[in-house]
Amino acid sequence: MTATSAAPRTLIQRVSNYLYVRPRVSLLMLLALPLLWFLIVYIGSLATLMVQSFFHLDGFTGQVVRQFSLSSYAQLFTPANVDIVQRTAGMAGVVTLSAALIAFPLAYFMARYASPRMRPLLYLSITLPLWSSYLVKVYSWKLILAKEGMVSWVINTLRLDAALDWLLGLPEIGGPSLSISPIGIYLVFLYVWLPYMILPIATALERVPKSLIEASGDLGGRPGVTFRRIILPLAFPGVVAGSIFTFSLTLGDFIVPSVMGNSSYFIGQAVLSHQGTSGNIPLAAAMTTIPMLIMGIYLYASRRAGAFDAL
Amino acid sequence: MLHKSKSLIQILAICSLLLAACGGGGATAGGPLQSVGEGEGRVDIIAWAGYIERGETVAEFDWVTDFEAATGCMVNVKVAATSDEMVALMNEGGFDLVTASGDASNRLISGGRVQEINVDLIPSWSTVDPRLQEAPWHTVDGKHYGVPYQWGSNVLMYRTDVFGDEAPTSWNVIFEETTLPDGESNIGRVQAYDGAIYIADAALYLKYHNPELGITDPYSLTRDQFNAALDLLRQQRELIGRYWHDAFIQMDDFTNEGVAASGSWPFQVNILKSSDVPVASVVPVEGATGWADSTMMHIEAPHPNCAYMWLEHSLNLNLQGDLAAWFGTVPAVLAACEGNELLGPEGCSINGLDAFDQISFWRTPTSTCSDGTENCVPYHEWVTNYIAVIGGR
Repeated sequence: MTATSAAPRTLIQRVSNYLYVRPRVSLLMLLALPLLWFLIVYIGSLATLMVQSFFHLDGFTGQVVRQFSLSSYAQLFTPANVDIVQRTAGMAGVVTLSAALIAFPLAYFMARYASPRMRPLLYLSITLPLWSSYLVKVYSWKLILAKEGMVSWVINTLRLDAALDWLLGLPEIGGPSLSISPIGIYLVFLYVWLPYMILPIATALERVPKSLIEASGDLGGRPGVTFRRIILPLAFPGVVAGSIFTFSLTLGDFIVPSVMGNSSYFIGQAVLSHQGTSGNIPLAAAMTTIPMLIMGIYLYASRRAGAFDAL
Repeated sequence: MLHKSKSLIQILAICSLLLAACGGGGATAGGPLQSVGEGEGRVDIIAWAGYIERGETVAEFDWVTDFEAATGCMVNVKVAATSDEMVALMNEGGFDLVTASGDASNRLISGGRVQEINVDLIPSWSTVDPRLQEAPWHTVDGKHYGVPYQWGSNVLMYRTDVFGDEAPTSWNVIFEETTLPDGESNIGRVQAYDGAIYIADAALYLKYHNPELGITDPYSLTRDQFNAALDLLRQQRELIGRYWHDAFIQMDDFTNEGVAASGSWPFQVNILKSSDVPVASVVPVEGATGWADSTMMHIEAPHPNCAYMWLEHSLNLNLQGDLAAWFGTVPAVLAACEGNELLGPEGCSINGLDAFDQISFWRTPTSTCSDGTENCVPYHEWVTNYIAVIGGR
C-alpha cells in the first residue's frame, strides 16, 4: 500500500477532493451568483438612489447639479410635502390597524374552529382574490363605490342616505361620493391587503399549542385571561409579520390613490411626477428615503418588541 | 502599471458615462439624406398607442398592411406611454422614427437624438397644412427635424342634460364657482387634469380675463404670472372632487359620478357619444391648450430609406383621415378631411380644426421665456407647486 494508489486520477476526482478539503470555496461558488445579484441589483440600486438624493436641482436652469447638498432633503419639509408624508403614513397606519382587527377573529376561527375539511376551503377563498389582477380589482371598486354605483344604491334602498351624507360630510375624510373620498381609498386598501394580514396570523395561531390553552384553563384562567396572556403573545409575531406587509404595501402604493380619492398625492405618486418630465430626480430620490426610514424604524421597533424571536 | 492605470481610466470613463446619461449627446450628422434608395426591409417606429394601427384592434383601421406590401418595409411599432418614455427610448437608440409631441420634440432636437429631414425627398410635403410646415416644435434655425403627423386640442366637454341647448362659452364653468343651467352649483361636479402642464390652462384663462398680468405665452410664465395662475388653481381646488388622469376613469366619472364639465380630449368625447352618454364639446372663447405631434427620425436610424418611405406614407390621405377618426385628432394634411368615410364630413371640425388659431400647443416650460429672457418658472417648479395645490396648499 503506497500513497500513490490513493491519489486522485481523473480531473473530476481532483476537483472534488480539492473542494472537499476547502468547504469555504464550495460555499463561495454556491453563493457567488445570488450574492452578486443581491449586491448589484438590490444594494447597488439603493446606493445609486441614495447618492442621487444628495444632488440638487439648479433652480435657474432646472439641471441636476452633481454636488453634495442637503437641499432636496430640506424641500421635504415644505408644508405640501409634510402633508403628503402624513397622509401616506396615516393611511398606512389606519389600514394596518383595521386589517389586524378584522383579520384576527377570522384567522382565529380558521386556526381553531374550522373543521379539517373547511380549513383548506377558507384558505382558498382568502387567497382567491390574489389570483386576479390588482388593477381589475381597483377599477371595479371604483365602480362599486361610485356615486351612482352599487353601494350607494343599496344605501339608498335602505333609506340610510342621511348616514352616508353624514359620513361624507366629515372634514378631512369626506367627499362628494365614497369613491371620491379618502374613505374610498381606505376601503380599497383594506380590501386588497387583507389576505396578507390573515395568512400570517392564521399560521401563527395554528402553532399555539392546544396544551397551553388547556393548562391555562386548568389553572383557573378565564377565557379573557387565557387570550391576553397566552394566545395573543404567542400569535403576536404573526400580527407583526402581517402588519409589515400591509403597512409597507400601503406606504409604497401609487395606483389606488390615483384611481380613488380626491387626487391628493401619496408619496409614490409624488415620486412618479418628480422623476418624469420634471427631471427632479434628486427630490424623487429624497422622497423615496422617507418610506425606507419609516420601515426601518418600524422593523427596529418590532424587533425590540420581540416579534422576530420566533423566526 | 500601465495596464492598471488604463483600466482605471476605463472605469472612470464608464462611471462618468453612466452619470452623464440623459445629459444629451453631441452627435452631429453630416447633413440629411440626399436620395432615397432601396428599402432595407424593415422600419422601427416608437409611437403613441393607437397611432399606427394595422387592423388588429378594429379591422377598418389599418394603414400599415398596404405600406408593407408596396415597399417591402416591415413596420415594427414600439408603443410608448409618455413623452419621457419616448425620449428615453430615443436616447437608447436602435429605432428609426418617433411620433413625438411638442413637449418631447425640442428635447430630442437639442439633445441631438434626431436628424434633419430633407423635405425634398417627401413628395407630399407640399400637401401639409402650411400653418404646421414651419412650426417651432420641429423646425429649429430653418431646419426641419420632423414631419407633422396630427394635432388635437384639450376641449371643454360638458353634459348636454345639464347645460341644455346652451353650450358653455367660457372655461369659467370649471374655474369659478357658479350655478350651472340645471340650477345647481358646480361644486364637486367639475374636473381638471392632474398633470402640472394644466397650469398652462389656468394661465390661458388669465391671459384672456386679466390682461394686466401681461401673459403672452401660457407655457412661459414669470414668477408673478405663475403665482396668479396658482391662485386661480387654488380657487378651482374648492370646486373639484377629483382630478382626472386616465381617459377611461374620466369617462367613468362622467357616466357614474355626476361630473358635468371638464377639460378633456376629443377621444373621450367621441367614445362617450358613441355609447349614448349625453355629452358635447366646445373650444371656449379663451382658446385651449393642445398638442401637435411630428414624426422624427433618429440620428443613427438603422433603416433610413424605409424611414423616408414611411414619412411619405404618413402623409397619405387615407392614413391621415382614418387616424383623425380613430384618435379624435386633426390631420396634418387638410385634404384628408374630405371624403373620408370613417371621419365623416364633419369629423375635422368636431375634432377642432376651426379652432387652430385659438390653440396654444404644448411644450415644456423652461427658465428661458419665449422672449429670450431668463425670468420664467421652469417645469420642475410647476410640478412641485401643482402637487401642493392638489393637496390643498
